[in-house]
Order: sequence, then structure tokens, then C-alpha cells
Amino acid sequence: MSDSTASSIQNNPKYHQLIRQRNVLAWTLTLLVCILYFGFILLVAFAPEFLTQPISASSVVPLGMPIGVGVILASVLLTGIYVYRANTSFDPLIAEIMREAGE
Amino acid sequence: MSAAKFLFTLLAVCLSPLAGAAGIVTTATPVVDTPLNWHAIGMFVVFVAITLVITYWAAKRTKTAADFYAAGRNITGFQNGMAIAGDYMSAASFLGIAALVYFHGFYGLIFSVGWLVGWPVILFLVAERLRNLGKFTYADVASFRLQQGPVRTMAAIGSLIVVLWYLIGQAVGAGQLLHTLVPQISYRLSIVMIGTLIIIYVTFGGMKATTWVQITKAGLLLGGASLMALGVMAHAGWSFEKLFSDAVVAHPKHREIMQSVVPIGAQANPLESISLGLTLMFGTAGLPHILMRFFTVGDAKAARKSVLYATCFIGYFYILTFIIGFGAIVLVANNPEYVVDITNSVLNLKGGSSMPAVYLSHALGGDFFLGFIAAVAFATILAVVSGLTLAGASALSHDIYANVIMKGKATEAQEVRVSRYCVVGLGVLAVLLGIAFEKQNVAYIVALTFSIAACANFPILVMAVFWRGLTTRGAVMGGYTGIFGSIGLLIIGPTVWTKVLDMGPAIFPYDFPTFVVLPTVLIVSYVASVTDKSKSAEQERAAFDAQKIRSETGLGSEVASVH
Repeated sequence: MSDSTASSIQNNPKYHQLIRQRNVLAWTLTLLVCILYFGFILLVAFAPEFLTQPISASSVVPLGMPIGVGVILASVLLTGIYVYRANTSFDPLIAEIMREAGE
Repeated sequence: MSAAKFLFTLLAVCLSPLAGAAGIVTTATPVVDTPLNWHAIGMFVVFVAITLVITYWAAKRTKTAADFYAAGRNITGFQNGMAIAGDYMSAASFLGIAALVYFHGFYGLIFSVGWLVGWPVILFLVAERLRNLGKFTYADVASFRLQQGPVRTMAAIGSLIVVLWYLIGQAVGAGQLLHTLVPQISYRLSIVMIGTLIIIYVTFGGMKATTWVQITKAGLLLGGASLMALGVMAHAGWSFEKLFSDAVVAHPKHREIMQSVVPIGAQANPLESISLGLTLMFGTAGLPHILMRFFTVGDAKAARKSVLYATCFIGYFYILTFIIGFGAIVLVANNPEYVVDITNSVLNLKGGSSMPAVYLSHALGGDFFLGFIAAVAFATILAVVSGLTLAGASALSHDIYANVIMKGKATEAQEVRVSRYCVVGLGVLAVLLGIAFEKQNVAYIVALTFSIAACANFPILVMAVFWRGLTTRGAVMGGYTGIFGSIGLLIIGPTVWTKVLDMGPAIFPYDFPTFVVLPTVLIVSYVASVTDKSKSAEQERAAFDAQKIRSETGLGSEVASVH
């Protein structure tokens, strides 16, 4: 990359906006996945009786089953949210920054 | 069973068919008088023929280094998502999680969850930036603005240790599995066959062949597992409630299979749980053969999409294995055809503890379906081992040979030639080690590989990308702390010290050292970097802005080759 392209990007406020927005989203979602997963692990460690109670009096299904499947589905959902946000708002922003830098 | 064992198995089961079920780490003994399984052999042969055609096709299209290491960067997001799933879902997670559910019920779900949650982290922090900065290996990214020699050497050592031990675990598990499914093929012959096929795929077809073998395998595995789950649900009248209540009736522990979050007798250990959680999550994000897959796509956008597809496939697959495990309780336990001694224990299966899913396929679709599932398990092993071998060879040829020894002056042709020699060398080594470790308990290997990936590869990668202050000194000292810290604490931990070396109570009482080593690595890297007043450290910090522009926008990143 040429120095002029690099300095043009470096001086473009949109570039800093991109980094800020993407970092906020990425680290927030990372934190969310950690909370979900370590929450589940801590329940396994400290409150197993909460996870093993049946979902209803007539059922054999333990509450932990929908919770565990929920953590899997939530992980998939969060990756979907990131990809959606990146496709719809980060990619156009990158394209704009590159255009303004003359690339 | 101890708490350590419970946590340990959580990892072990997903990688090694040896650890078929918690606490029942058996060496599967094949049934001697089994007739030759022609369906299985026929389908092995068909699969091998297909993969050899793929390899021939790929070999004709593999000319440059980018073709060999990165499939010309022409793989689409969807294809790469399939290939990642094929690289990651091992035969052991298919047979192993199903077996865990078969023996312990609900408890098996904890494994499925732990094995998936690394993927969102890979997407949020690693995938796009890795694609934008790197060429062929994760060391390209770690050493991007740092000194090539020391940083690449450290990263390559980390990669090679992970790959080699992972290979041993896979080879031993594969030999045992194949020998169990087709007892007429001996353990050694199984391993030699696998080693030979891998060398053919990877030396001739490089990443293109590896990718398409992984895609084919992922399709077969997802298809086979879906058919089994559909069969189970049809049998249960499409009602989960009926499936679970039937399982409670059929299982000798009855309601207990829904009420235990640990195998019977195990005690929870919160600190170890957290350490395991860290190891699983960040270890997945530091596996060199997984990270390498992100260089096969055209741009960061495709890298991003491929993680979404992969996460969907892997999450779907783990939910299927859970249904398959409960289906096995209903259809396999209590069936004298599969159980060794029906009057004694209905859970003790012929052929060992990793067999529930295999027998379920027989109960649902007879010899033909069993043959198909056996061939799928074989395909699965080949795909995982191919990816590992290529990742190991690239660390040796691209990092050590081309960039450290030749200091970037090797031609592409020389580099690819060295890489092919390395593939042959690693393939032969995997066969020899697989044979040498036949009688060993290889379960500790899983802890070793994931700990190093989580403590060395992952933090150095993230710091190199996100933190301006990281210098060569910080990366190298932190990286070696991660590698040798993990190995050291594993050796003095319960798995190796007590069980392998038989030296009595462990000096370090946890199976997973990540909760100690990972923070130490971060502190060491931080202190070694901020106290680094050298001129080169100055330049490395100054180079961060240019690296940041490339990692965030993709400006100047490697482009797909055009054929």
C-alpha cells in the first residue's frame, strides 16, 4: 500500500468510526457469549439441582436441557447478528473509506 | 470417578474415541467371530475412490504456493464453512458424545455446548483480521510487524506441538475404531492405510484436495447423522417427550439419567470447570489447522460468512448427536444382539463403549446402514488428519524453512517442494507414533493440545492484532511461557504425574492449567513489551497503524489467484 493511501485512511474520521463500532460490537458479543457459557458452566458446578429439575411436573425433561440447547442456539444467533451487522454496515463503510482514499 | 476425571473427559471424549464414555476409557476389543462386513468395506472403497479422484483433479490445478497452502483462495464462504465443519467434527465427537449420552443421559449435553462456544469468539475477534493480514499460516499474522525469526520460530513450535500430539490422538483413535468396525483389518494396517492415504491427498492435492475431502466428509457426516436422528424421531412418534420418557424406562439408571450433571459419583470442582471452559473456548480459537482454513477464501467477508455456516453446521450436528444418544438408549440397550450379557448389564456393549451410535445405525437400517455409518466414521478421520498434516507441514516449510532459515529468499517452488517432503515426513511419523502409542492411554493428549492452543497461540494472536504495545520480546517471552507453562503444569498435574507416570498425588492439582497459564502469559507479554526500550521495539509499535489499516480494511491483503 502506498503511504499516501495509508495516511488518507488514517486521517479519515470514518475509519476511526469503523474501528470503534466494530470493536464495540465484537467485544460486546464476546462478553455475551462468555456470560452465557460460563453462566451455564457455573450452574453445572454450583447449582446442579437447578438444572436437573423437570420442566413440568408431568415431564421427565430437565430444565438444563432447554438451557443447554439454548446456549447452542444463542451462539449461532450471535454469530448471525455479527455477520448481518458486518455485511450491512461495516462493508459499505469500508468501501466508502477505500473510495475516498482513491483505491 | 473424580471431578478431575469428569472434566477431563469433557475434552477427551470429543477428540479420542478411546475415551468413549466418561469413566469407561476402554480399549475396544473387537468381536472375534464377526463375519466380514462387506457393506462397510464396499463403502470404504467407494469413499477412497471418490477422494482419489478429487486428489487427481486437485493435483492438476495445484501449481503455485497459494494453490498448495490455500487452495488458490478460491473457496467460497459456504464451501469453507462446510470444510471447517469437516475439519473440526471428529469421528470421536460423533461416536463419543452419543456414547456419553447413552451411558449418562443429560450429562452429554454439557459436552455439546462446550464444544461449540469457541466459534463465536473466532468470528468476533479472529477470522476477518486473520484473513486480511496473513498469507498461509497464523505465524504470518503473529509476526506481521515483529521480527520474523524469533516470532515465527515460537509460533511454529506452538503449531507443531499442537499438530503432532493431535495427530497421535487421531491416529490411535482411528486405528482402534477401524479395527473395531472391521476386525479383519488389524490396528497397524488401519494406521498404515490412513497414513498412506493422507500422504497421497496432501502431497499431490495440497489444500484443494484437503478442502474437498473435508467438504465431502462433512456432507456425509451431516447426512448420516440426520438420517439417524430422523429414524429415532420417527420411532418415537416425532415426540421428544416420548423419546425421553422411553429412554428413562429403557435405561437401567432410569430417572437418574435426567438428574445428573456429572457421571455418578463425580464431584463438581468450580475452578477446574472454569479452567476447562477457558481451554475449550480459546483452544478452539488457537488450533493451527482451523486457523489455516481462513486463508482459503477470497476476502474477509467470505471468512466471516464461513464461520457462520460452520457454526450452524456444528451446532446442528451436536444437537443431532444428543438425539442419537437417547435413540441408542431406547433401541440399542436391552437388545441381546448388541449387548454382551443381557442378564448382567444391558449397557455393556459388544465391541466397546464407543459403539452406541454404530449399533443404532444397525437397529435402524440393518447391515447396509451400519456399513454406511462405518464408512462415514472412516471418512471423518481422513479429513481431520489431512487438515492437521497440512498445517504441520506449512509451519515447517513456510515458517521455519522459507522465512526463518532462508529469510524469505526461497522460491515458491522450493518452498512447496520442502512442504511436500514435510507432509511425507509427518505422515510417516504419525504412523510410527500411532503404532508406538497403541497401548498408551492417550487421553491426556487432548488436554495438552488444547491448553497450548489456548495459552500460546490464541493470546499472542489476539495481542498482535489488537495491541499496539506488543513487541517481539513480549510475543516471544509470552509465547514460550504459554507453551512450556502448559506442558510443565500438565506434566506435574494429575493426568500425567499420577496416572501416566504413577508418581503419587499431583504437585499441581488441576487437569487444565489454562486458568493459571493464560493470565501469566498476558502479564509476561505485557511486562516484557512495555519495558522493552530498544529501537526495534519503537519501530514495531510505530508499524501498528499500518497493520491496523490492513487488518481492518483489507487494504493490501492477499488476493485470490485467477485460473
